[in-house]
Amino acid sequence: MRSELAAGGHGCGGIVSSSVLWYATRATGLMTLVLLTATTVLGILTANRSTSGRWPGFALQDLHRRVSVITMGFLACHILTSVVDTYVHIGWTAIVVPFASSYKRLWVGLGSIGVDLLLAVAVTSWLRHRIRARTWRVVHWLAYLSWPVALSHSFGMGTDMHQSWVIDLTVGCIAVVVGAATWRIVLAAARRRRALAFAPVHHRPEGVPVKHLSA
Amino acid sequence: MSAVVTVNPIACEAYGYCAELLPELVTLDEWGYPVVDGGPVPPHLVELARRAAKECPRRAFLVKRSVERAR
Amino acid sequence: MPTATTDATATTDATATTDSAPTTCTYGSADGSRGVVPPHPPSLLAAWHASRRTDLAAHLTHHGPPPLPGRGDASWPQRFAGVLEASGLTGRGGASFPSATKLGLVRSARGRRTLVVNAMEGEPASAKDKVLLSCVPHLVLDGAELAACALGATGIVVCVADDHDDAAAAVKRAVAERRGTVHAPVPVEVLRPPGRYVAGEESALVSWLNGGPGAPAWRPDKRNPLAIGRSAALVHNAETLAHMALVARYGPASFRAAGSVDAPGTSLVTLSGGVEHPGVFEVSMGTTLGAIVNRARPTGEVVAVLTGGFGGTWVPAGALGIPYTPRSLGAAGGVVGAGVLVVLTRDACGIAETARVARYMAGESAGQCGPCVFGLPAVADDLERLATGSADPSLVARLQMRVASVDGRGACRHPDGVARMVRSALSVFAADAAAHAERRPCAFGGAPSVLPGIVGKRKASRA
Repeated sequence: MRSELAAGGHGCGGIVSSSVLWYATRATGLMTLVLLTATTVLGILTANRSTSGRWPGFALQDLHRRVSVITMGFLACHILTSVVDTYVHIGWTAIVVPFASSYKRLWVGLGSIGVDLLLAVAVTSWLRHRIRARTWRVVHWLAYLSWPVALSHSFGMGTDMHQSWVIDLTVGCIAVVVGAATWRIVLAAARRRRALAFAPVHHRPEGVPVKHLSA
Repeated sequence: MSAVVTVNPIACEAYGYCAELLPELVTLDEWGYPVVDGGPVPPHLVELARRAAKECPRRAFLVKRSVERAR
Repeated sequence: MPTATTDATATTDATATTDSAPTTCTYGSADGSRGVVPPHPPSLLAAWHASRRTDLAAHLTHHGPPPLPGRGDASWPQRFAGVLEASGLTGRGGASFPSATKLGLVRSARGRRTLVVNAMEGEPASAKDKVLLSCVPHLVLDGAELAACALGATGIVVCVADDHDDAAAAVKRAVAERRGTVHAPVPVEVLRPPGRYVAGEESALVSWLNGGPGAPAWRPDKRNPLAIGRSAALVHNAETLAHMALVARYGPASFRAAGSVDAPGTSLVTLSGGVEHPGVFEVSMGTTLGAIVNRARPTGEVVAVLTGGFGGTWVPAGALGIPYTPRSLGAAGGVVGAGVLVVLTRDACGIAETARVARYMAGESAGQCGPCVFGLPAVADDLERLATGSADPSLVARLQMRVASVDGRGACRHPDGVARMVRSALSVFAADAAAHAERRPCAFGGAPSVLPGIVGKRKASRA
């Protein structure tokens, strides 16, 4: 792969640093995927209220938050190294604007979608108590999408997907997320509906038989 | 001047973090909703009370600087 | 201080129709001898009784014009507030809060003000506001205009539930009659919020007026005035405003001539249940409960009375000698509230009726607060088990624990009302409860309910 590109590469003097950047991009990308998996699973555990004596709810929520911040950190590095690496051109705008990159338009574009979703989650969570509860919830639900998007992005970019340990790791992540998500869906369906729908009732029983006084 | 804790019953969604952090002042009813003692918070628990207010995902658990009952 | 010996009573078995004759309420009276109009104190329904007319001309003939302020009379609001204070008028919407104080709280708010006339009457056992709007709408509107002028309000909003069409039509006619005249210095609008039990609660009403769902708000500090948009809102029950109209005309002394020292004036009471002549009666505060109940002619021996509404309390027959005032009735465990009295006679089952009320109230939860959403249906379940004789040994204890658990843990007073109603039932019907708990259902549990608005079957589910 690298050798294929080398023939048509820019041939600038930074081949060594470019290679370092390239390894960094791949490594941070994989780390982001693993951490995103962990964040998602922790989020599901929090939402499922699966607390125990040693892991009370507030601790799970706290852990979910902290891991998500670390995930963002690795994501930032991954983006930085991939853009700064001049071996292939991915412009700054392509980070947030999907499909704006000339290099591997689709797969980088998916990465941008992931970035957008995660940025939205980060901002709404930071401003959680200043926005409507519903808005926060909707954006957070959309964040579930960031995981399959990140996964497809990593498959599509394809650099290390031939290595068996990477495959094992990816399969592990998939298994864990699918399992947790299934559990979440089952639990949400089984949980009793919390709020009665507060819709106006157009027919009420008649009031006092002050004969026919009410309509 | 002392602190009292109170729960906004509309915002509350029975996460239960307040009861985890502050079992001395908060118990949960059979449906998971908090029952708070409306009296003044003992000084050694004020910090925990503030943490519980911060951790509540719906900002339903509130610490007020007041001697009056909140309701 | 004397309690008035002659009560202003006006029974209304009224059939209000939207008929072609624009101003009459057709009236079918079982007994024409009712409707005595004493000259003093002034009465809410006397004018209508005398003339059976609801139009503006008849109203002005009987009462004269409302004493609205002249142009540029800057001291009028203060004088009006003083008159109100002197009269001791308290709210007739259920909370019995001093009206002058409420006016003062909103007057001190900055910015624009709006007066809201609360004629929602979500309580199925209450019909007084419907009667007021159908029979003496101009008195209510007088009070609204007076209060609006005292408040400096820029608008009046009359709220009638969307299932009370006759009352709404009557008040709309009255508003149209007054529009543009000197008797309507502040413009009036009639709106129709959805008729739910909690929709008449102040903050719920204001929430709806603000475009929201009409659910009660959490108000830890009730002194902060409610607001519609940027306008501070003063919400008053329709009957309270009607009384204001009388107080402004005839003075506080005339109001105080009826009733008792701590509860002056007259009040409208809705009687229903095991009575021959259910309806709305105007009574002098301080009259004994028994005298009021007898006016509706109970069908049998009175065993208990549900006072205050579905969220009120049961009082036993022994309380019939108590004066009907918030303080005296309260001391005996009763509630004046919005003037609701449901009579239970010996051929009905108190536990079964309580179970039906609880089930109705559970269905009327706004669905915002967990303890109410989960607690009220659980209380209703247990009461139904008790009533049908399928109680388990721990039921009564569980019921009492749950009732204590829901009390005070919602944003509004809905669960509180259910809690006190059930507590009073377990006390007043203690013997029945014990018998039912031993799995002996009584003979009357299956009988049709005497409660207004409840047919004895489950409400159809919404959503």
